[in-house]
Amino acid sequence: MDNKKVKELKVSAIENGTVIDHIPSNAVFKVIRILKLEAFENMVLFATNLESKKYGKKGIVKVSNKFFAPEELNKIALVAPLASVIEIRDFQVRSKTIVEIPDKIKGIVKCFNPNCVTNKEEVSAIFVVADKETIRLKCHYCEKITTRETMEFR
Amino acid sequence: MKNKSLVSINDYTKDEQLRILDLAEKFEKKPVQTILKDHVIASLFFEPSTRTRLSFESAVNRLGGKIVGFSEASNTSIKKGESLRDTILTVANYSDLIIMRNPIEGSARFASELSHVPIINAGDGANQHPTQTLLDLYSIKKTQGTLDNLHIAMVGDLKYGRTIHSLVIALCNFNTTFHLVSPVELKLPSSVKMHIKENKLAYHQYTEMDEVLPKADILYMTRIQQERFSDPLEYERIKNVYNLHHDMILNTKDNFRVLHPLPRVSEININVDKSPKAYYFEQALNGVFVRQALITSILGIA
Ligand SMILES: [Zn+2]
Repeated sequence: MDNKKVKELKVSAIENGTVIDHIPSNAVFKVIRILKLEAFENMVLFATNLESKKYGKKGIVKVSNKFFAPEELNKIALVAPLASVIEIRDFQVRSKTIVEIPDKIKGIVKCFNPNCVTNKEEVSAIFVVADKETIRLKCHYCEKITTRETMEFR
Repeated sequence: MKNKSLVSINDYTKDEQLRILDLAEKFEKKPVQTILKDHVIASLFFEPSTRTRLSFESAVNRLGGKIVGFSEASNTSIKKGESLRDTILTVANYSDLIIMRNPIEGSARFASELSHVPIINAGDGANQHPTQTLLDLYSIKKTQGTLDNLHIAMVGDLKYGRTIHSLVIALCNFNTTFHLVSPVELKLPSSVKMHIKENKLAYHQYTEMDEVLPKADILYMTRIQQERFSDPLEYERIKNVYNLHHDMILNTKDNFRVLHPLPRVSEININVDKSPKAYYFEQALNGVFVRQALITSILGIA
């Protein structure tokens, strides 16, 4: 734990806010997009390709002065299933949680089926998560399965 | 079932499906009535499907209902770029129920969420065509006297045939034993087989029909389309293997019947048509009674 804290300091510590750790390196930008941090006005720090004993390479995102609702954070489980979320207040770790894949996903993932109504009309795709382990998303409209391999984000 | 759209066969419970079949039997005895005389039914065919459209329109007409709509999208505002959303919202104001066929998958679910009148899905691309499933169940029940504990053989393109997928899922409620006959490249998808397994039912897979015929109560034939094969020679070979002749059904059970969603190509030789075991034309007619039952149930008048 202490060791890790030091590493976090390398990326620069935040006083208040949320640290999302253990993101696969290639998913950092996706996490930023899913959490709509591109439009966020406070400080956002991120790093990719950090050495991690457990995961080889990892990424991390730190968002100052922002605490997320669990539903919001759980959306990132699609790209970062092992991510841990640390809430920091006054430079102290207040809570640490692990993201969980939600049962239903709305608006963030595109249906892979080009002939699906969600790719033709003004309507967001809604998915029921048919399998959390392998990530199989069943489209509420066309009933086809979008997988990790065919998943694209809006 | 009043006001309950039918988009996918799973939208109706087993009991609701059985209720439609019972009601269809009453309409078969008395198909001409006037109970729809105060109703306007919209029939929106965004792609042509003469067979399905005529069946629906005949069902409505024989009950005295009025039909508004179109049989293809080319002469309408859709061609001018109107969204499905706007078309549905407009038509919902002019009708009590909307029958829709549309090549876009998921369009029927989308329409059912927008419209304040119920929707019957008459086919949304490769996705669902639930009235076909209901008429198949009706035909099986009528020829066998029951839906329970039957041996049902399905032959042809089991991979892409949505008719087959929906029928398998519906039959899982009735302790069916499935005999699945298809070329290796066109086997039933594992997601549908999973459904059979989850219901603890048995299925057997074959590449040729011969072995199955004496065991089957129902032989459900489907078309094999040429475009599924990259090699035209392979298609020719398969076409000859999946061809039912009159001689082949001589040693079948007395209750054995041949079904087919039609149109057929070469998979059933016309010499089968004269056999009392050929049931595919009656099957198509049953579609009218089933659709009468469905429409009147949804409108709450039957
Ligand atoms: Zn879809």
